[in-house]
Amino acid sequence: MSVAVVQFPGSNCDMDALHAVRTIGAEAHLVWHTETDLGRASAVILPGGFSYGDHLRSGAIAARSPIMNAVRAFAEAGGPVLGICNGFQILTESGLLPGALARNEHLHFVCRPVRLRVENASSVFTDVYAQGQELTLPVAHGEGSYYADDETLARLHGEGRVAFTYLDNPNGSLRDVAGVLSERGNVLGMMPHPERVVEAVLGGTDGRGVFESLVAHAERAVAL
Amino acid sequence: MTAAASLRERAATFGLTVEEYDLLVERVGREPNALEAAIVGAMWSEHCGYKNSRPLFSVFPTTGPQVLQGPGENAGVVDIGDGLGVAFKMESHNHPSAVEPVQGAATGVGGILRDIFAMGARPFAVLDSLRFGNLDSPRTRFLLHGVVEGISHYGNAIGVPTVGGEVTFHPSYQENPLVNVMALGLLKHEDLAKGTMGAVGNQIVYVGSRTGRDGLGGAVFASADLSDASGADRPAVQVGDPFMEKLLLEATLEAIERGLVAGVQDMGAAGLVSSTCEMAYRAGLGVDMDLSKVPTRETGMVPMELCLSESQERMVLVPVPGREEDLLDLLAKWELDVVVIGSVAAHDRYRLFWQGEVVCDLPVDVLNEAPKYTREGVESPEIRAARERDLTDVPVPADLSEVLVTLMGDPTIASKRPIFERYDHQVMTNTVVVPGAADAAVMRVRGTTKGVAATSDCNPRFVYLDPFVGAAAAVAEAARNLACVGATPLAITDNLNFGNPHRPEVYYQLQQATRGIAEACRALNTPVTGGNVSLYNQYNERQPDGSVRTVAIHPTPTIGMVGVLPDVERRATLALPEGQHVLYLVGDHAADVGASQYLETVHGLEAGRVPALDLALEKRVQDAVIALIRAGHARAAHDCSEGGLAVTLAEMAVAGGLGLTVKVDAAGRADALLFGEAHSRIVVAVPVGHEEAAEALLHEHGAPFHLLGFVGGEEVAISLPRHDLHLSVPLPRLQDAFTRPLREALA
Repeated sequence: MSVAVVQFPGSNCDMDALHAVRTIGAEAHLVWHTETDLGRASAVILPGGFSYGDHLRSGAIAARSPIMNAVRAFAEAGGPVLGICNGFQILTESGLLPGALARNEHLHFVCRPVRLRVENASSVFTDVYAQGQELTLPVAHGEGSYYADDETLARLHGEGRVAFTYLDNPNGSLRDVAGVLSERGNVLGMMPHPERVVEAVLGGTDGRGVFESLVAHAERAVAL
Repeated sequence: MTAAASLRERAATFGLTVEEYDLLVERVGREPNALEAAIVGAMWSEHCGYKNSRPLFSVFPTTGPQVLQGPGENAGVVDIGDGLGVAFKMESHNHPSAVEPVQGAATGVGGILRDIFAMGARPFAVLDSLRFGNLDSPRTRFLLHGVVEGISHYGNAIGVPTVGGEVTFHPSYQENPLVNVMALGLLKHEDLAKGTMGAVGNQIVYVGSRTGRDGLGGAVFASADLSDASGADRPAVQVGDPFMEKLLLEATLEAIERGLVAGVQDMGAAGLVSSTCEMAYRAGLGVDMDLSKVPTRETGMVPMELCLSESQERMVLVPVPGREEDLLDLLAKWELDVVVIGSVAAHDRYRLFWQGEVVCDLPVDVLNEAPKYTREGVESPEIRAARERDLTDVPVPADLSEVLVTLMGDPTIASKRPIFERYDHQVMTNTVVVPGAADAAVMRVRGTTKGVAATSDCNPRFVYLDPFVGAAAAVAEAARNLACVGATPLAITDNLNFGNPHRPEVYYQLQQATRGIAEACRALNTPVTGGNVSLYNQYNERQPDGSVRTVAIHPTPTIGMVGVLPDVERRATLALPEGQHVLYLVGDHAADVGASQYLETVHGLEAGRVPALDLALEKRVQDAVIALIRAGHARAAHDCSEGGLAVTLAEMAVAGGLGLTVKVDAAGRADALLFGEAHSRIVVAVPVGHEEAAEALLHEHGAPFHLLGFVGGEEVAISLPRHDLHLSVPLPRLQDAFTRPLREALA
């Protein structure tokens, strides 16, 4: 079992995601964007960065990369897919998650720790957390303001598909949405960076839970 | 008129004096053609040829057991043990940022990163030293917004964290801001790459962005005064593409790691010419290159443009013989434009071809050996008078608590958080100490217990009033800042920003400052591993009556310093820690108010003697604090700089959200004791119970110290028993004063 971290040209949190998975004791491997196969992946991470230099729109070109066909098939088969920051943007651009990430309300890039609340602690990405638990994770983005129409937002909330909300919204996301789950719950997109807080030396470990949940589920899925 | 005669008359348009033109003719043995004259003009510019500054560098110490690569390469490299080295360098992008701040600053980041990965080092940190005019002026707001956006745009996208730096404000930078960017990279000793052509027969590979007309003549532009006509030089500013740079970075590092390249260099100032000329010179060989093969972005480009364009994100790679195909395959994987443009030749010429004709044929050594000028330096009588001004008539303000609040809100001292929150400072997941949290940034080194610390420092007011002591003080402060996180200083890079060296008073500053740097580097065991020179930082302002007023910047030799922590867990930050702690001043109280920020901010005076710098004392204080931190006896440490002891204490309190109560039991002017900027002083927070051990360690290092008081409460309370004075400011007031100026400026 190994977590596949997809590398697009311009990804810059790819090595960080790889390192985070390895830090919690699991295996991870890199997959180049022109590949058509994810290898023996038990889970997929689309990392942060500026894939294709954010040309056109953040995530728009990456969403049409050859590897995304494999990612889509993997998700359709129920495999867990986690998109962080630019990865979240790629997931909305490729239609695997609803909504869109718009320019931050204040129009600036923002890098700082934010407080989050775990709104759904039963997903494959969050179940080591407690429902309502408060976390501190850093954000680092210029286009992270979550947008969806009212109906979609209501449905996401109603179906428990908002994984995290901001307690101090850094970007103007509607209803403070920080992370969104797919209908089946096996795809998560989130703007904050859990991979940056998996070691105490870097100032916190609140992000470990995302990777621990993911890896535990992936291992269980393999065992079945 | 013959063509040659007219070239000689036009020498200035190539950045050459008539005397330099004649020297060129003499050395080459014939008249150059226009292209050759332009190439020589660029190579002999201050930016590439260091003609005014190099003779002054001979005083610098450049060697030491820690130095893996000294000056002369794309960047210096220090050994940090475990088979690893840190490549680092600082470079200015002042003139471009003055006319086009977003791209000027962005390409400053891009350029210095290429210097780092050209050494085979993966960039892992960027620091920016920024200087602007008055924060309240619309021009400064425009420049500040633009520069911050440019750094943010480029650094964030490429994925190298921006972890520190400085931002200060002074009217001398009103028209001519300074943007100095420092980058650090990590390498394995065996991957250390060089900017050389290697051996005869090697191919010369051009890789990266296509060549356009942007940045044309940038090296010459950077080596002249700015004026109100400089806006017309906007085409001399390059445009950056961080996405292309990211691809180049990954491809170059992969090529070096796989042993595919014999030499590598980025195309920086003076583009294709300077990179290939320097590589040829280091190899002691000639080159033959075909300009017709250079990939272009625009049609109709001519040799002059192809040679001197400073289009960004371009590198020169020289493949290891026999590995050419492997290198080209690798570059193709990264979807980079790549062309073989020539080869290394057995002659000693720099030969360029264009459509089958030889268009340049000059000796490589002539191009690389710019004339050197030693000038006469004379101190400005005006500055001497300011330094010697008697300060006894300066009144001591009645309310010193208010002075403390005012200083905390001075833009130079105030919190820079609103700026560094625009920068991704955590990508790569190595940043242990984030910007603003301590006197230096700290990054862990994976696979080891170590940390690397970095800082950039200069107090231009000190250098203005006394260039020798001021420049030495910049080195001392940089080392002190590293000591405050628990790091042993290793080496420096310097970025010498001065006015026009043809003016004797500017040359004097340059002369004195380089000597000051050299003396401090010797005393503190931090050799110079490289640097950058930015002269002509002055603005010629046309007055209504037609006369021209020259405004030179304060001389600003920015010092970038790198240090190492053997155990990254044993470090300190500046925030007062929770739990019971007592505060000590390591170093001495001093009633020395000269050259202080306090005098400028409160009394409108830039005057007085720079406090004397005792480098032996400085070393003892630093070594003692490093020992305290490593032994676990100091949890917080912060040095006294702008704003003096009182501001140091207030900053520690605000950062920790905790108050303090201290006594300053010393004689002299109260304002000087509180706000004077004597060097070699660090405030440390020692856990209760550790006092005895801490004092023993301080004695052992021969460092003077004073018990100040304790941490706790909700105000900063400072009493001066000998003056029957008591300052007391609630934390929220200090917090508000400290955070407001930049937050409002960047809103």
